[in-house]
Amino acid sequence: MADPSANQATIAGTQAWIRRQGRWSPYEIAFWIAVFVPFFFFPTYLTLASQIAIAALFALSVDLILGYAGIITLGHAMFFGLGAYAAGLLTKTGWGEPLTGLLISGAFVALVGFVVSFVIVRVQHLALLMITLGLGLLTLELANAMSWLTGGTDGLQGVSVWPIFGTFDYDLWGYTAYSYTLAVLFVGLLIARRIVHSAFGLSLRGIRENLNRMPAIGAPYQRRLQVIYTISAGMAGVAGALLTQTTSQVALDVLSFQRSADVVVMLILGGTGRLYGGIIGAIIFMVARDQLAGINPQYWYFWIGILLMIVVLVMPKGILGFLAQLWERIRR
Amino acid sequence: MSTETYALRTENLRKRFGSLEVARDVSITLPRGARHALIGPNGAGKTSLVNLITGQLPPDSGRVLLEGQDITRLNRAARVKAGLARTFQINQLFPALTPIEAITLAVTERKGTAGQFWRSLASHGDAIDEAWGILAQLRLTEVATRPTRVLAYGQQRLLEIGLALATRPKVLLLDEPAAGVPKGESAELFSVIAALPDDISVLFIEHDMSLVFKFAARIIVLVSGGVLLEAEPDVIRTDQRVRDVYLGQAHHG
Repeated sequence: MADPSANQATIAGTQAWIRRQGRWSPYEIAFWIAVFVPFFFFPTYLTLASQIAIAALFALSVDLILGYAGIITLGHAMFFGLGAYAAGLLTKTGWGEPLTGLLISGAFVALVGFVVSFVIVRVQHLALLMITLGLGLLTLELANAMSWLTGGTDGLQGVSVWPIFGTFDYDLWGYTAYSYTLAVLFVGLLIARRIVHSAFGLSLRGIRENLNRMPAIGAPYQRRLQVIYTISAGMAGVAGALLTQTTSQVALDVLSFQRSADVVVMLILGGTGRLYGGIIGAIIFMVARDQLAGINPQYWYFWIGILLMIVVLVMPKGILGFLAQLWERIRR
Repeated sequence: MSTETYALRTENLRKRFGSLEVARDVSITLPRGARHALIGPNGAGKTSLVNLITGQLPPDSGRVLLEGQDITRLNRAARVKAGLARTFQINQLFPALTPIEAITLAVTERKGTAGQFWRSLASHGDAIDEAWGILAQLRLTEVATRPTRVLAYGQQRLLEIGLALATRPKVLLLDEPAAGVPKGESAELFSVIAALPDDISVLFIEHDMSLVFKFAARIIVLVSGGVLLEAEPDVIRTDQRVRDVYLGQAHHG
């Protein structure tokens, strides 16, 4: 964020200011050290930790379109689920290598995202919500109806993934799964970071801030939106593929509306347009679900509902946004 | 194309909304290096004309030519690429972006590098330098890294012009650039416009007649969607019809 006391009124100072926007902050570095904590202190929770990393990658993909480009969605599980099925079906053809599996699944889903993007960039607001919702439901029902391919409500069974790098097999405790999902999340974040701090990322923020001005500066904004939507779909697909690879099965609920809604809730809890908002949101959401479901498996959504309302009312920019504002106030 | 002596020309532009005619056979010509003012009472269709020229409104009939090229069917962004830029009467800025970011955005869009998601923004040094140059021209360097929303209103109006300049226009349409700016500051704002290089042809809408007479080389008077008169300031000043239009408006409203 801009430091109001510093004098940037020179070109060199301004260039430096722009470089600073894209630099790693101490908080980010601290976060990436903290992610190793579960290995040492919560080894029984590594499976949960890898679920969180997957949800975080999914939330990150939604942040790219919702937080940075202003595209709202209630159907992103469509891409998550397609990635999950793609990865599962790929192993059924006899190719179980996980890394290429991720790439192939991601590329396939990105392609689907690209096709869908032609519709998405033509609508806004409520129509956009309904289109994304409709496409999500459509995909779910399609997967349900094509049970010869997907296993329908029984899910896709018999997914066998080879060890990572031919060496690291999935263990019962989830050491490999968490290491793997964490590494993929990190790569996803690096990509998202580069996109956000590029000229393209600036163009997306321009679209979010004032769509109407964009044509007046000669910007082909629909093309920009198509590109980010495609990238976001691919990233969601990779997250879905990760779930398949670490759990060796695909359930129909990878495509569910619930999943589309949950990811938006995570993002809003954490704060949109900040890259880490979705990650923090995923941690809070998944840990809360785990703990609350332990107390009462039926009513845990009640508490998520309360939490969501409190956050939206008290911290409209999400938990990270709130903390950033608090920090600004303390510093002054 | 280069043999054309005009920068912008409209030919019989027509537009009606139901019974309301916002453009009645508007044919105007803007020579190269023009400093033309577009005046007229409220509801005369001044902003509608700008919208028709820039492609925000499709005309019912008629043509728009930019240095001989028919741009009537081009979309808004393509017209900007062809060299036609505008500013808005009500600020159309990017509230959370800083001025240096906003202008750099417009520069990279013009250069065609704004789609590059694999390079960091900081590596677009030439675009940032150019944006800085524009901010310097507008005396906005002091606030270059503050969010646009905290800028003083007059600074926001200047940024509005800066965004248009970043597209390197041949023709610049300014829709009430000084709208809402206190009288003392509006002359300063217009001095920035007057200092623009001659290869930019300017058409501006303005209500303050003292500014119009001071900065316009020629004046187009628009009334009820049609051109009433186009002439030098001295002619406009003494023209009875123009007086009637403005006095009439004063009487009735």
